[in-house]
Amino acid sequence: MDSALLIHRIHFAFTATFHYLFPQLTMGLALLIVVLKTIALRRSDPVYNEAARFWGKIFGINFALGVVTGIPMEFQFGTNWSHFSRYAGAVIGQTLAMEGMFAFFLESALVGLFLFGEKRLSPKGHWWTAVAVFTGSWLSGYFIIATDAFMQYPVGYYTAADGTLQLASFWAFVLNPWAGWQYAHNMCGAVTTGAFVMTSVGAFYLLSGKFIEHARVFIKVSVITGCLFSVLQIFPTGDEQGKMVTDLQPVTLAAMEGLFHGQQGAPLVIVGQPNEQEGKIDNPIEVPRMLSMLTYRRWNAHVRGLDAFPRQDWPGNIPLLYYSYHVMVGLGTFFIAIMAISTLLLWRGKLFHARWMLWILLLSAPFPYIANTAGWMTAELGRQPWLVYGLMRTADGYSKFVSAGNGMFTLLGFMGIYMVLGILGLFLVWREIEQGPEAEHAPVDFKTAEAR
Amino acid sequence: MASLWFGIVAVMIAAYVVLDGFDLGAGAIYLLAAKTNEERRLVLLAIGPVWDGNEVWLLAAGATLYFAFPRLYASSFSGFYLPLMIVLWLLILRGVGIEFRAHIDNRVWQDFFDVVFSVSSILLAVFFGAALGNVIRGVPLDATGYFFEPLWTSLRLSEHTGILDWYTVLTGVVALVTLMAHGSYYIALKTDADLGRRARGFALLCWPVQFFLTFSTLVATYFIRPEIMNNYNRHRIGLLIPLVVVGCLAVMVWANPKGKEKVAFVASSLYITFMLVGAAFALYPVVLPGRDHQYDLTIYNTAAADHGLRVALAWWTLAAVLAVGYFVFVYRMFRGKIKVQVQAEEGHS
Repeated sequence: MDSALLIHRIHFAFTATFHYLFPQLTMGLALLIVVLKTIALRRSDPVYNEAARFWGKIFGINFALGVVTGIPMEFQFGTNWSHFSRYAGAVIGQTLAMEGMFAFFLESALVGLFLFGEKRLSPKGHWWTAVAVFTGSWLSGYFIIATDAFMQYPVGYYTAADGTLQLASFWAFVLNPWAGWQYAHNMCGAVTTGAFVMTSVGAFYLLSGKFIEHARVFIKVSVITGCLFSVLQIFPTGDEQGKMVTDLQPVTLAAMEGLFHGQQGAPLVIVGQPNEQEGKIDNPIEVPRMLSMLTYRRWNAHVRGLDAFPRQDWPGNIPLLYYSYHVMVGLGTFFIAIMAISTLLLWRGKLFHARWMLWILLLSAPFPYIANTAGWMTAELGRQPWLVYGLMRTADGYSKFVSAGNGMFTLLGFMGIYMVLGILGLFLVWREIEQGPEAEHAPVDFKTAEAR
Repeated sequence: MASLWFGIVAVMIAAYVVLDGFDLGAGAIYLLAAKTNEERRLVLLAIGPVWDGNEVWLLAAGATLYFAFPRLYASSFSGFYLPLMIVLWLLILRGVGIEFRAHIDNRVWQDFFDVVFSVSSILLAVFFGAALGNVIRGVPLDATGYFFEPLWTSLRLSEHTGILDWYTVLTGVVALVTLMAHGSYYIALKTDADLGRRARGFALLCWPVQFFLTFSTLVATYFIRPEIMNNYNRHRIGLLIPLVVVGCLAVMVWANPKGKEKVAFVASSLYITFMLVGAAFALYPVVLPGRDHQYDLTIYNTAAADHGLRVALAWWTLAAVLAVGYFVFVYRMFRGKIKVQVQAEEGHS
């Protein structure tokens, strides 16, 4: 592979992966905060309101990091992928601009009010700011997914005389059928991250015997939400997305599943290592005929393997794609198990005293981050070798005039800065957790901005 | 249709420079104008609720440029690769500086983020000015429609320019001084007591420099690119633009000592707007001049097809109305001067 191409790919992959550590939490927390605020409002329960305020602080730190790491994403289409931008910009630029115009303005205006305006607003007014922050962040998610959906399954465009893509139908493009399920699947993942982080902090407090009342609220709300969304994650959203891949990117499906040779009644590989040289899975543990059932709803259906497609159309990195997909699915299943058991224990009134389960919940917080990252890697590695599926190859899309040396320079720069940001972020979040939800300190408060 | 979007992008960029300009400027004078911890908190409070929204104009303008003029976006962003990446790093550091400073009430922590915030604000102002200078000066575009510029070669204007030469450094300094003045007027408007007085003094100091630099830049621009006058010669009405610029300068120096902070701030905003309008007017319909004019990028050879632009006009208008609504709402909630409430806690002042 051309070294400049590789560096530009890693550049985008690294900055996007790091960036998405923050929005997945803030989008999930935005929903959970609305739930907390709604209960607080209905029951006039101060504990729920304090819980919402506490998670607002965690949200604030992550939101700031999401904003500053998000700005480079918008620029990198032009800086690192200029040939792609010239080719497809007239189409995908629209959703990116809509994100800025519809979502970012709303969020930027209201996050400040939500975080620092509580004392100036009525409880209902403050509830509305939480709803607006939720709306803005979830809207933002949709525009990004719609942009990605075009790259996965281009619709609503035509090819102009100069060879570039132009918009033919706005609604076909914005309401891309691929975007619908991908969005639902992605947002379930974000809520799962939010729920696991909230449960984890609750479990931490219960295990350390601190802030018991708040910890119970955290756990109650997040376990129920987490249970619901981790189920939705697999069914129907994950299942439907799998079917879309089967229909529209069959070679990707074959690579994800490690199916080198097409067959009737294809098995589902649970564990095993893809062996590209020999075209088989080493040490497989399989469920017979399951893949045929999942993809075509028939035990005997024929599933096309990699051998049905020309080699140059195979995703470039089959092992990584295969592992990303399996890690995602494996963790997704694990989340359902954890959340289902927790819900059961909660329902029986035992969860708050089941220390073994609290320990599991405490330690589970990193896994949704891994699962979400693996899911995005599955989607984007699975799209290879295409940048816009079936239309433009990744190797044709990067900035040919930006050398490998310049790309490496800025990649290293981002790695350094992001390392510092990561450490700072962890440190500040840890401080908030340690101070706990009862701490009545608001470092910067809107109210000091009193009118004369 | 392409001309309309040229205007829209120009307006968005102007909105960005005027709005984010005052918080960048406030950052640039921050270390010198705000001496005590209390004053520094005042400055940060004065921009805290609005800086993020102001910065969204940059993102929105960039993304609008992306779909309206994809070829321009592709060429300029990859050609200005290094300075843009540095701008991104500075934006990251600056945002972190503003947001994280208040989290810990510790002198060392706060001093660190004070410097991060202020230095990145200063450098951003210089880089934005230099970027505008590059666009006016022209870049080595070739038949592919692409170019790549290193950060600097020699500071002289030659065939192989870098991003920084004497002209673009000059425009960078103009931008810095202009935004410092702009930020000073804003801080004077939002605060009083010592800080407000010092901000007014700062603006007063900036003024002669700004005045001198405005004229030297105009002369320098004419010197390196005489064709910049073509549009002005063709449409005499354009000559009103420099008149407005001079008028704004006059209003600034008149209003500031009289304590009419609002008038001075508005004049400074208009000054910035009309400097940018003047540049846009001179360039039109070129959007990125090449060293060799046959490779100029114009609105005609970079714009997206008509249907997409027409559709975008519908949603863009709706979104812009909403966005202006949020801004009015936030700025109204936030109007008036800011004061630090006397805090009961001991320790830090």
